Amino acid sequence: MDATFFLNVTSGGLLTGLVYGLMALGLSVIFGVMRVVNFAHGDMMVVAMYAAFLLFTKLGIEPVPALPLVAGILFVLGYLLQRFLINRFLGVSEHIQFLLLLAIAIILTNVMMMVFGPDARNIQLDASFESYTIGPLVLDKVRVIAAVAAGGVALLLGAFFRYTTTGTAIRACADNPVGARVVGLDVENLYAVTFGIGTACVGAAGCLLLLLVDVQPQLSSDYTLLGFIIVILGGLGSLGGALLGGILVGLSEALSGALIEPSLKSMFSFGLLILVLLLRPQGILGKTS
Amino acid sequence: MTLSALASDRRAVLLLGLLAVLVAAPLLGSGDYVLSILITILLQAYLGMAWNIMMGFAGQFSLGHALYVGLGAYAGGALFVHFGTPPLIGAIAGMTVSAMAGAVIGALGFRFKVTGVYFALLTIAFAEFTRILFDHWGWVNASSGLFLPVSNRASSDVWLLRGSATMFYYVILGMAVLAFLFSRSLLRRRIGYYWQAIREDQDAADALGIDVFRLKMIAVIVSAAMTSLGGLFIAFYNDNLYPESIFSMHRSIELMLGTIIGGIGTLFGPILGAAVLTVLGEGLTIAGNAIGIDGIKQIAYGVCLLAILILKPGGLWPWLRHRLGLDGGGR
Repeated sequence: MDATFFLNVTSGGLLTGLVYGLMALGLSVIFGVMRVVNFAHGDMMVVAMYAAFLLFTKLGIEPVPALPLVAGILFVLGYLLQRFLINRFLGVSEHIQFLLLLAIAIILTNVMMMVFGPDARNIQLDASFESYTIGPLVLDKVRVIAAVAAGGVALLLGAFFRYTTTGTAIRACADNPVGARVVGLDVENLYAVTFGIGTACVGAAGCLLLLLVDVQPQLSSDYTLLGFIIVILGGLGSLGGALLGGILVGLSEALSGALIEPSLKSMFSFGLLILVLLLRPQGILGKTS
Repeated sequence: MTLSALASDRRAVLLLGLLAVLVAAPLLGSGDYVLSILITILLQAYLGMAWNIMMGFAGQFSLGHALYVGLGAYAGGALFVHFGTPPLIGAIAGMTVSAMAGAVIGALGFRFKVTGVYFALLTIAFAEFTRILFDHWGWVNASSGLFLPVSNRASSDVWLLRGSATMFYYVILGMAVLAFLFSRSLLRRRIGYYWQAIREDQDAADALGIDVFRLKMIAVIVSAAMTSLGGLFIAFYNDNLYPESIFSMHRSIELMLGTIIGGIGTLFGPILGAAVLTVLGEGLTIAGNAIGIDGIKQIAYGVCLLAILILKPGGLWPWLRHRLGLDGGGR
């Protein structure tokens, strides 16, 4: 195997990994603030992918321009879900919360299955067949666009949490919910906004992933598990960790797919997950609590 | 006679009545369809009771029980296909392998203090890992699936577990009854109380001198071995095995759904939940076919789970038991 091939596989995995990272970012935000494990994350991803698919096929809006719209739809969905349902379950035991999200996941996936059927759908853009050539390196145009957009959204999110009042307030809720309430923050509303932001990340990631892969309702649980692998790898609740984990998983998938066998690629991800859970459950960038 | 003894008497009468109806069901000339539904309910109840020992009694959340179903199914199925090994021996092999797998996962998880949702993810990771492993394992025919020689439905051979639906019905009925009695005796023994103490507050149990690690290990191992026996039944009843479906996370989810709806930690909950879910699922499938919509069943499962969590987080059975005036202490 020559170096060029290796370089191309690596760069492809790196770019896809950024999109994975954006998806996992949403999971990480939701966990970091509310300590809720969103088991419906992959299902929301599939919802976003179908939304982008419909916008393209019915209205001719390409996924990248459609991104703010899809992210907005998912924000509203997430906001309402947290506001009217999940907020009522914040004090209960962990497994009940987990099952609640599981119920939402089952409903979402199967509604999607009912509406769109089990067949894989994809979209073809003009850019789908173009690529950039830099020396020996050949990069698919859509993959570059998706990665750049994912990185951009992640930066925006980081800036939001650092520089805006709402972002600061959300961080306050994450650090100390009781204290946040004492100083007069509307914690319930901020939680709903946070869940909305988390699902909006998934919405954006779903749009971008549609540029790269087919969409299928059955894949939702795979995406959920992928999200968990990534955030646990990087550290649940850590934003930078989610991106790093995404890139690592993107790389490991691409490399094991190219070097060993494509169908074995998720076995490596699960093996990685087992190791991280046992040896460093706080993740690579996570803080020890 | 105290109130509690009266309630327990009525419980015993109701249980024996139910058992009598179930034993007589095939003799009453219920058709193949009804029998197949009853088999589904009993299988679901059996697997739910096995999961319940780990989650309901000892409080350890496993979302990867499909692993033990698959190991039991493949151990029994592959030994039968390759060597003609009788299922009883296959069952011992499957239970041993599953118990070992459970011991490994439990030992790693408990020693490394992987708790709650993280532990659930660990169990999923092991199940998925094994699924992909079996997908590439030539001896069990990898992803193309393992097929058992189709049984002669006219004559029944219990020793080789080849035969009619009625035979399978009595086998799973026997398994479910034994699982119920086994769960009941566990819950009434010292070990059951230790488990419940761990479930309610592990640190407190530890402080009281309960050997938390050992007891959690027993829960995982017992639950895993029991689950694998259900897997063996699935292998011989369905005659085909695919890693994709037998090890899938959806199976792990469906397996616990009945118990959650019926009531986690209760004895009768898994049975009630299995019956409610299966009947509802079948009814909706028929209704869905009539109006030409597929997939209503799965949506209904999700809605049921959601409704239970919102309205009766403890499950249907504790509520129904109270309404029927059956609770006089204990369960």
